Amino acid sequence: MKALALLATLVTGAILLYGTMDFPAWGDPQAPAAGRLSTHYIENAIDETHVPNLVTAVLGDYRGYDTMFETVVIYCAGTVVISVLRRTRKENPEQDS
Amino acid sequence: MRQLQQRVETQQQVGESLITQTAVRLLVPFVQLFGLYVIVHGHYSPGGGFQGGVLLGSSFIMLGLAYDQKTVLRLMSERTNILFGNLGALIFTGVGALCAIFGGLFLDYSALDVLIPLGPIEWRSFGIFLVEVGVGLAVMSIMASLFWDLGSAGQMDEGL
Repeated sequence: MKALALLATLVTGAILLYGTMDFPAWGDPQAPAAGRLSTHYIENAIDETHVPNLVTAVLGDYRGYDTMFETVVIYCAGTVVISVLRRTRKENPEQDS
Repeated sequence: MRQLQQRVETQQQVGESLITQTAVRLLVPFVQLFGLYVIVHGHYSPGGGFQGGVLLGSSFIMLGLAYDQKTVLRLMSERTNILFGNLGALIFTGVGALCAIFGGLFLDYSALDVLIPLGPIEWRSFGIFLVEVGVGLAVMSIMASLFWDLGSAGQMDEGL
């Protein structure tokens, strides 16, 4: 079972690393993100959202999905830790740690 | 003699120290106030829900380190804490769903103009604020609960 989990992790990691090969080079001025998107954010964010802090505008509005699922990831981590670790003592009072 | 030794050992384990306790008691209100400030002031300065939530959660972690777990749980019960976490995640997804219900796209806050007429642009600003509050609540609750569970191995009695 452990070997299976390791295999799944390695395969997923290899696929993700393979995916990064299609990325534009670091600091490439012709990259799509550097072309229209960044300038659009910088020029229009205050007019479109009335938020002076560009980071907050991008994080909360333009990339709302990203932030929402970040919150969901943290929430899942918390619930999983509770469900794995939390022990109620009423079930067997004789248990010692 | 042995009983005394055990008592001393448990006291040392809990880490009771007058200096730490007094310092933490003085610090915690300011840390929590600063956490709220970071959440609310995210529109104008570096900060936002994640950072402010971590600050709020760290205040409970500090209390747990200086006192024991029971003192913290008396101030902020586990049930209330989980309620805050659920509420935070619900605020975020709920605001997004409300936008879709009132005729816009999911998480397009300007659609909420139908509900309270502030103007679509102002609603985008206010929607970001609502969402940040939700993130802050969820992160605060999860940080505190992670520390409680990991620090006491799920027993919720002593803590580190």
